[in-house]
Amino acid sequence: MSREFAIEARGLTKRFGDLVAVSQLDLDVPRGEIYGFLGPNGSGKSTTIRMLCGLLMPSDGKALVLDTEVPGDARRLKPRIGYMTQKFSLFGDMTVLENLQFIAEIYSYPRRERATRIEELLERYSLRDQRRQLAGTMSGGQKQRLALACAVLHRPELLLLDEPTSAVDPQSRRDFWSALFRLAEAGTTILVSTHYMDEAERCHRLAILDRGVKVADGTPTELQAGTGMHVVEVTSNDPYHAQLVIADIAAVASVTQLGVRLRVLIPDSENNPVELVEDAMHAANLDTHAELSTASLEDVFVAVTLDPQSRAA
Amino acid sequence: MKSLSRILAVLRKEVRQLRRDRLTFGMVVGLPVMQMLLFGYAINTDVRNLEAAVADQAGTHLSRQFVAELAQTQVIDIVDRAATPEQLETLLRQGAISIGVYIPPDFDRRVVDGTRAAAHLLVDGSDPTILGVANQLRVMPFGFDAGGAAVAAPQALEVRPYYNPERRTPVNIVPGLMGVILTMTMILFTAVAIVRERERGNLELLINTPVSSLELMIGKVVPYILIGMVQLALILAVGRLLFDVPVRGSVVDLYLAAMAFIAANLSLGLFISTAARTQFQATQITVFILLPSILLSGFMFPFKGMPEVAQWLGEVLPNTHFIRLTRGIMLRDAALGELLGEMAYLVGFAAVAMTAAALRFTKRLD
Repeated sequence: MSREFAIEARGLTKRFGDLVAVSQLDLDVPRGEIYGFLGPNGSGKSTTIRMLCGLLMPSDGKALVLDTEVPGDARRLKPRIGYMTQKFSLFGDMTVLENLQFIAEIYSYPRRERATRIEELLERYSLRDQRRQLAGTMSGGQKQRLALACAVLHRPELLLLDEPTSAVDPQSRRDFWSALFRLAEAGTTILVSTHYMDEAERCHRLAILDRGVKVADGTPTELQAGTGMHVVEVTSNDPYHAQLVIADIAAVASVTQLGVRLRVLIPDSENNPVELVEDAMHAANLDTHAELSTASLEDVFVAVTLDPQSRAA
Repeated sequence: MKSLSRILAVLRKEVRQLRRDRLTFGMVVGLPVMQMLLFGYAINTDVRNLEAAVADQAGTHLSRQFVAELAQTQVIDIVDRAATPEQLETLLRQGAISIGVYIPPDFDRRVVDGTRAAAHLLVDGSDPTILGVANQLRVMPFGFDAGGAAVAAPQALEVRPYYNPERRTPVNIVPGLMGVILTMTMILFTAVAIVRERERGNLELLINTPVSSLELMIGKVVPYILIGMVQLALILAVGRLLFDVPVRGSVVDLYLAAMAFIAANLSLGLFISTAARTQFQATQITVFILLPSILLSGFMFPFKGMPEVAQWLGEVLPNTHFIRLTRGIMLRDAALGELLGEMAYLVGFAAVAMTAAALRFTKRLD
């Protein structure tokens, strides 16, 4: 049906008893892009990914994944998608090589090409020296590379990654992302969930989830431009008191402290946001410097996850 | 073709993991041998050396001869002497002895007379086994050599045991024990098999691969059928070497019966595995099935002697049918053809349990 989108979801909903984990989610993931799910723990990222690969039955709504109805035809879909679970799910009591061999066999990867493919993956994901090591004894970064190698072994068209970098150090995270970009360049669509802002910034496009609801989506630039908020950056030698004073201003939607700087979000409807802040500071006898800034993704996240009341203010 | 290669992939994985899992691997070999030794030596209903005391108020040549013959049977071990039956009762109450032998003063006349019991056995009836032994003693023929003329004491019954003329417990225990050991190990191995992967998180990966429920089940069961066969051989060997238990019927028949039984247990284990959430739960359910398999299957108590409700429950258990098969084939030289009903039950049980397991195991997390 669609050459344009790898995933199209409409009204996707998942309830666990009284808890609504995902509510009325619409999603369009363009082919060949890295699409990010940004949201705190419990925002419904994992549940959505699991519904998309047929692991969970949606309570409502439906999704078209690689032109296949989910959950209807999940079985036909399996050979075409790769899935990396949040928790390490390979066999800890088998070696790196044995795990890769098992995956190759279970996906019926052509027998003649298995050995070459596995060597290629060991090389690309720097696992050559660990090939005889039991997977359970490896470091977090090594486990994550093995998991990615196993998820892409059968050359899936769509890769679903559930918080792949939550257990690894910053260097491993950078390496991991360059691997993802290589895969995307080769035409793989990647859906990745994260709660790191810097990772979200690397995605071609992302959706922000909050308590099961998609509160915003678009490219990072679009999101940064469309917050509907002024961002005022305030520098003060007494940031603690400055924060209290600014939070008291009726028009201010939120204040976040970053070291000695404060990021203040004020709705677009306010004409002179900088003056507003400076006046309040002077009235409180606080020395200050305020200037307009461009929204970072973190500001976007704060802006879209504000509860409706403070947004209206 | 792809399906077969996926089954083989699961199978190879299971074997690889099993090889590294020393505890389970040890259980494969250790459990049958240990159970055989424990049950073979400890569960011994041939009671010997029961502690006894004698109150001989006759004190004649004949009475001394009688006591000597009793002692020679080795069933009782005379540890004490008493003067009166009251003293015997005291010893009995104190638990110092299990059997008291009271010989009244007119013992010689009673023997010759033959109308009244010549001697009394005072028995601790709280243990039915001891009571049984006493009953055996009662009917034991005693030949008395009374002053040249041989006097035969009244002989109530003559017991002639078939199939196990030496009355050795292991001969009866070992064929049943095979069923108990296989029930324990086979159900446990597979009951834990899928739950373990759920706990370790492997399941989420597995169900995202193209492997189907049935392929996964078959791949997991096949290695354990082989293990079951190895265990069977081990039990037979230990039974033969240590307890001299015969296989009078066909070994092929025995293995065929065992195959059906192993398949039934593995399928049941898989079913448990789809129902349990943790390995601990799976183990508990296994014990829950193991206990009646020991108590109600005819392994411990004669099946027909059990209350009717217990018999109904027993009929459901695969072990009940397997024990009938093994006792038939090993001890009575029965052919499998004569026991087709039992065999059919096991095959049917395996098919139903396997189907139920595959149906219950959905490739989803909710």
